[in-house]
Amino acid sequence: MTVTAVRKDPQNLSMTLETEFDASAERVWQLWADPRQLERWWGPPTYPATFTKHDLAPGSRVEYHMTGPEGDQHHGYWDIVSANAPYQLVVRDGFSQPDGTPNTDMPVGTMRVSIEELAQGRTRMSIESLFPSTEAMEQLLAMGQEEGMIVAAGQIDAILAEDPVAGR
Amino acid sequence: MFGALADHTRRDIVRRAIDADEGIVELASHYPMSFAAVQKHVAILERAGLVTKHRIGRRKVVRTNLEQLRIVRRLLDQYEELWRGRVDRMRDLIDLSKETTR
Repeated sequence: MTVTAVRKDPQNLSMTLETEFDASAERVWQLWADPRQLERWWGPPTYPATFTKHDLAPGSRVEYHMTGPEGDQHHGYWDIVSANAPYQLVVRDGFSQPDGTPNTDMPVGTMRVSIEELAQGRTRMSIESLFPSTEAMEQLLAMGQEEGMIVAAGQIDAILAEDPVAGR
Repeated sequence: MFGALADHTRRDIVRRAIDADEGIVELASHYPMSFAAVQKHVAILERAGLVTKHRIGRRKVVRTNLEQLRIVRRLLDQYEELWRGRVDRMRDLIDLSKETTR
């Protein structure tokens, strides 16, 4: 398994996911710093991402869109809060209008990426996402998530079986 | 407001408010913090739709919105799947670059 830990916190609308790679921190950082590499993993093959503006310097804005199977486009942006190559990246992420200007009606979330070198050439990456609202989560999932919908259907049983009082 | 203690407090409030008929004053008595601090936690939970205030006679009680809690859990599960897909693709890219530099 490539993902080593996941922590989901409904009370804070947040999730932290940890993973380890058999590669250097520098190599893992390139996945974020090189827009052509970013495009190959950010969206699923059915919803590829295109980064039209990409600079990870603090204060910069990164602009991207995702293109669906029907040619539908969904635009988003990152405002770079801080970047410390190859160890840390903090962005405020939001949605944009079709012309690329930020959609100020939708609140922005925060994504914090931490990259840490381990022994024997391995590297741990953790992604912490903090959502401003459930609406923002829904919209984000709607961007490029055909797969997500299929997963959701399979999860109905698990949701119904969930006992919210458990653990008291 | 997003520290570990805050996380713990909010989780506890959500759990208590599932079946207890407590107002903010009663809730606050369970935690070693000020009434104002507990009020703030409740306000954050209220904004997220996870708790709502109900009027019972003259009292206002805080209740957990189980439906919303389920919705948020489901969204977080989907978001986890989204990132698992991304991590798989990241790994493929790294493996590919290893092959080409060999």
